Amino acid sequence: MSTLKSIGKRILSALPVVIGVVLVIYLMLRILPGNAIVTMMGEHYNAASAETMIAELGLDQPWYVQFWRCITGLFTGDMGTSIKYHKPVSELIAVYFPVTVKLSLLAAAVAWVIGIVCGVVSAMRKDHLADRIGMGFSLLGISVPVFMTAMVLQYLLAYKMKWFPIQGTDRGLVSYLLPALALGWSSAGNVARLTRSTLLDVMQSDYIDTARAKGRSVAGAVVFHALRNAMIPVITVMAMQISSLLSGAVITETIFSLPGIGRLCVDAISGRDVPLLQGSVVFTTLLVIAGNLVADCLYSVLDPRIRKEG
Amino acid sequence: MALFKTKAAAVSEELASQIGESDTLSIKLRRMVRRNKLAAFSGVLLALLVLCAVFAPVLTPYDAVTGDIAQRLKPPSAAHWLGTDEMGRDVLTRLLYGARVSLAVGVVPTLASMIIGAALGMAAGYLGGKADHIIMRLADVMLAFPSLLLAMVIMYTLGGSVLNIFLALTLISWASVARVARSETISLKESEYVEAARSIGVRPARIILRHILPNCIPSFIVLFTLNVPGAILSESSLSFLGIGIQLPNSSWGLMVNMGRQFLYNAPWISLAPSAAIMLVVLCCNFLGDGLRDALDPHLNND
Repeated sequence: MSTLKSIGKRILSALPVVIGVVLVIYLMLRILPGNAIVTMMGEHYNAASAETMIAELGLDQPWYVQFWRCITGLFTGDMGTSIKYHKPVSELIAVYFPVTVKLSLLAAAVAWVIGIVCGVVSAMRKDHLADRIGMGFSLLGISVPVFMTAMVLQYLLAYKMKWFPIQGTDRGLVSYLLPALALGWSSAGNVARLTRSTLLDVMQSDYIDTARAKGRSVAGAVVFHALRNAMIPVITVMAMQISSLLSGAVITETIFSLPGIGRLCVDAISGRDVPLLQGSVVFTTLLVIAGNLVADCLYSVLDPRIRKEG
Repeated sequence: MALFKTKAAAVSEELASQIGESDTLSIKLRRMVRRNKLAAFSGVLLALLVLCAVFAPVLTPYDAVTGDIAQRLKPPSAAHWLGTDEMGRDVLTRLLYGARVSLAVGVVPTLASMIIGAALGMAAGYLGGKADHIIMRLADVMLAFPSLLLAMVIMYTLGGSVLNIFLALTLISWASVARVARSETISLKESEYVEAARSIGVRPARIILRHILPNCIPSFIVLFTLNVPGAILSESSLSFLGIGIQLPNSSWGLMVNMGRQFLYNAPWISLAPSAAIMLVVLCCNFLGDGLRDALDPHLNND
């Protein structure tokens, strides 16, 4: 019961953040640019069509009415109409979103598997060659810009070796592999570094000594005893990686021409499509908030010490 | 490094006397240079790079803006070490000039966000109550955004220019600094010397500046070196997407963007600036890791 209660409390505490996020984006896109309509229409500006556009977008209403519509729109799914595509924003997001989900999940899988394996091996062979290589690989992953990894992979494996399609999603899951690899590497580096340091910490504790004294091998102690506790902070960080994966997805989707949310944001900017930009950015951010919330709850379920305090 | 040492000299005495640590900041830094060769080497390399950017006109015979069109898209050679781009300009020359913007973008917004974040975070941590609540909820909102998307929206609103990049990057990174500053302040607030200062009637602003800030400096130095790469990567991502630095200005990210259409027949145009970004970020990370091991009071160095 107390777990449910603390989870409910966490969800409630996220609400002001959600409202804040919508407010920030709303203010930035509608109030700061002076005359949004002039910017949006560019050289096609004329007074008459500007009038109809203002009415169409509801910009003749006072700002609090507009803002209220933004907030309620989140719940009803009505996020306005895209200027460029002449379609409801929610419909466009529904079409583009699955691509980003596939890309991010695959990238997250890359980050999990490579990161944890790399971190565990590095921790077990601390200060040996394997540790040096593992940590070098991780640090490189954190330092290399996503677009560089993406372009090098695209050039070598898709253009030169022709193993993968250069761009698009024509070949199903295969066409997601390179983008996911490029996107997942930096998260893998973060996960590996954290796994290594928490595992080294946990390996110092008494219960590991007990397990070793009872005859467990080092590997056995890691797998059966240490990893479970070492994973708790790693899981939180992985949830935070959702945010950076979605940021990085903008770049990878652009390079590999994948029709995802990131691509939609870039399109919205180049097409001066404010409703679309607002909708896709708010939607993505809500996703991140939800991800963090899930991680928070998972954390308290996994770690009884926190559950008690909560 | 010289920068750190002057700062170090200013606060080292206070540090040693206040937290009772025998080693001053400069001793810790010197120990890091001796033990962590990689971090020291990274620091030297970064300093060299700054010098190269400053003295770019002396170092290269070519012009960064006008090129020799007959020499376009030439691969790396003795005359053009990193080849030439689509307008026949020397890529290395453009790299050196682009470093000015890219390095400035790493340092200026990071410094600005540190100042803003530290001020707000320390105020929140020290004052507590309503001020704390308001400041930290604002920080929560800023941290909820995927940083690149927020930066994209800010750039869309403000328009692309170097100054606006500074603004956007400052806005997306102050919140994490505020969190660190707040938690440091809360733990320092309870210490005896702060209580002593409070009991003799020192005003809050003075306590924060004279007693809390000096003790936060080591964490801030570490945070600074670790935030610079983030700023450089964000700028290059924005410029890569075409909403960051605009022509005729140039940065490494913009060079990558411009060279992307020639990736298959002249890969050096976009790979050279990408590699430069990687090198700088790698050096900052090495230096930041080294500084953290040497300075972070929460870690046992030995």
